[in-house]
Amino acid sequence: MTVPAVNLPPPKPQDWRHWRQGLFGTPLNTFITLATLAFLAWVVPPFVRWAILDATWIGTADDCKAATGACWAFVTAKFNFILYSFYPPALHWRPMIAVVLLLGLLVFTAQPRFWRKETLLLWIAVPVISWLLLAGTVIGPTVPSNQWGGLPITLLVAIVCFSLAIPLAMLLALARQSSMGGIRTMSVVYIEVMRGTPMVAILYIAMLILPMMLPGGQLIDKIGRAMILITLFWSAYVAEVIRAGLQAIPAGQYEAARALGLGYWRIMRLVILPQALRLVIPAMVNLAIGFLLATSLLAVIGVFDLLNAAKTAAVDPNWLGFYDESYLVAATIYFVICIIGSRYSLWLERYLRQPR
Amino acid sequence: MTAITEPGRHRPGFLHVLRHWLGPRPTAQFALLFAAIGLFWWFGANTLETMARAGINPGFDFLNRSANFEIGETMIPYSSADPYSRAILVGLLNTIKVAILGCVLATVLGVSLGVARLSGNLLLSGLVRWYIEIIRNTPLLLQLFFWSALTKALPAPRQAISVGDNAFLSNRGIFVPGIIVDNASTAGWIALLVLTILAIATFVGLTRTANLTFWRGTGVIAALVIATALAFALTGATARFEIPALGGFNIRGGYNLSPEFAALLIGLTVKFSAAIAEIVRAGIQSVDRGQWEAARALGLHNGQIMRLIVLPQALRVITPLITTSYLDLTKDSSLAVAIGYPDLVNVINTTANTTGQALEALAILIGVYLALNLSVSAMMNQYNRRVALRGTVQR
Repeated sequence: MTVPAVNLPPPKPQDWRHWRQGLFGTPLNTFITLATLAFLAWVVPPFVRWAILDATWIGTADDCKAATGACWAFVTAKFNFILYSFYPPALHWRPMIAVVLLLGLLVFTAQPRFWRKETLLLWIAVPVISWLLLAGTVIGPTVPSNQWGGLPITLLVAIVCFSLAIPLAMLLALARQSSMGGIRTMSVVYIEVMRGTPMVAILYIAMLILPMMLPGGQLIDKIGRAMILITLFWSAYVAEVIRAGLQAIPAGQYEAARALGLGYWRIMRLVILPQALRLVIPAMVNLAIGFLLATSLLAVIGVFDLLNAAKTAAVDPNWLGFYDESYLVAATIYFVICIIGSRYSLWLERYLRQPR
Repeated sequence: MTAITEPGRHRPGFLHVLRHWLGPRPTAQFALLFAAIGLFWWFGANTLETMARAGINPGFDFLNRSANFEIGETMIPYSSADPYSRAILVGLLNTIKVAILGCVLATVLGVSLGVARLSGNLLLSGLVRWYIEIIRNTPLLLQLFFWSALTKALPAPRQAISVGDNAFLSNRGIFVPGIIVDNASTAGWIALLVLTILAIATFVGLTRTANLTFWRGTGVIAALVIATALAFALTGATARFEIPALGGFNIRGGYNLSPEFAALLIGLTVKFSAAIAEIVRAGIQSVDRGQWEAARALGLHNGQIMRLIVLPQALRVITPLITTSYLDLTKDSSLAVAIGYPDLVNVINTTANTTGQALEALAILIGVYLALNLSVSAMMNQYNRRVALRGTVQR
């Protein structure tokens, strides 16, 4: 006897039932709900009082000191500093355009319909233009790199280092999968040493060792040196993600390509890498989010990235000690960028799984 | 009749194995290797030249010179007259201390959060979800700065915030009750170390033969505690339980966590609890629903299903990921340098700045972290090989 196929979606509880079940379904559940509510009642009102009711919205530092709540007047006064740090205020339009360009690049590339070779050119053009804009090489006056800071530095370092790390990582991942033992070992040693070292140590190498290692190493500025080493450091992490993609490609693909008479590099370039990279794009987006957060470590070597700018804003003698507000602003900026990124990565995973 | 040679008797010779390992194009590989060595040689030569110009003697002799700087908190006796090597050891012990405590606390908090996230309660799981999102999407260093500012903004000891009169929060640090050991001799500590290793070995032995039950596990721990107490008592040490109390202008007794240490510990715990919560959730959800249903059909109740069916399978997913988290936590404890806790990186940084021997100091730093990472991941691979599904392809 056959049962006729019935293609009905599973029954869905009505909305209010779903909530009642989820909150008060069992006695234990009811207890958990009440305990959580009690916790919220303990935590939320003081925060609301601090952030809204007792807050100072406009005024000076003295007005803020008199009040017990948050000092949003500080944020209004120092917002440009948090965003652009010590960049000359008259020229703030330059880092602003750089930020718009860099974020625009990310938004543009995020759409699969723009995944073409021409987009690669943009990835070269936009960072270069942003760099020139910040430096003021083409349209003066020039601004030395120790005055750059804030969000443009955070974005620039993350984007430039990540995009430079990818080609390097491809070579490392291929070397780790190679049949040549010597090459394989060199790649394994490089990747494991990099992954076993904290990023702070890498930044110290950029600060202290790199100028000694290269003749004329002192000539490269601090940000440049940090970016060289961060690229080398991140490439090891990216290589491991790409390796996971390479491992997921069935051996039949390789064998079939060989049977067609293709050589190693053409097999990799035309058959294996396009499939492997496609598989790891969501993982790469997650990695990129981690990297963006990791750029905050630049504060340790005294580069004025977004976090360091926020910290420095609160040691301004006129506005001394409003750390909480300052960190809250920086945290919100990081959070917004990263949460959009991680939602995008989830969407991308679904999108890439669709059969075409 | 021709002689028949038996195949498969002789193992391939060493040279053959080497040639097979080396694969195609040996000359090109050696050329690349020599190029890499040459590059590093050139870097080294440049570095030596720069050091010579700055009048710095390359080598590790500086380790025996007196350090001449104080360290805020130490686990072993240390004064500024002690050599650099001892200062570095103090930093290393501080790193290990915060890493171990951080791993334990992050696991406790993370597992609780993971369970809360999976609980059917919509309010609780929603709340935990937001906690995890916020923690994961802001930089660790920013969180450390925040906790550091918070611990420094606590009231002075006299107005310290008291938690049930047993623990105190003040700007001099956090005071918690603890067991204080007096007159502990080296023999006592060595006995503790040996006993701990024995206990771990017993655990491993029990799991190997699948004989680890709840009571046997508890028994091993109890035996360890009693044996340690005996070992300390026999070597003349005394232990007492102390609750901190306000006396004069300061708080005395119990354990004192300095503000920097407390900020670092809280920061690492909070950040990695979010990661561990997600790992626990992913692990438990990776177990097929059919397993739950089948176990229920066999008449097991929820607790039994969790302990006997789901957790053993979930651990296969959880263990490698959580080990990675532990290693990341240890590496990230290096951010201590930014908030003034004297960990290994902090001491190495001071050493590099005061002696100018940046190369040697950073070599020590990287060597230590590398040794730590490689040994843990080697152990992990060993463990993974044992718990991994049989019959899956190992790559």
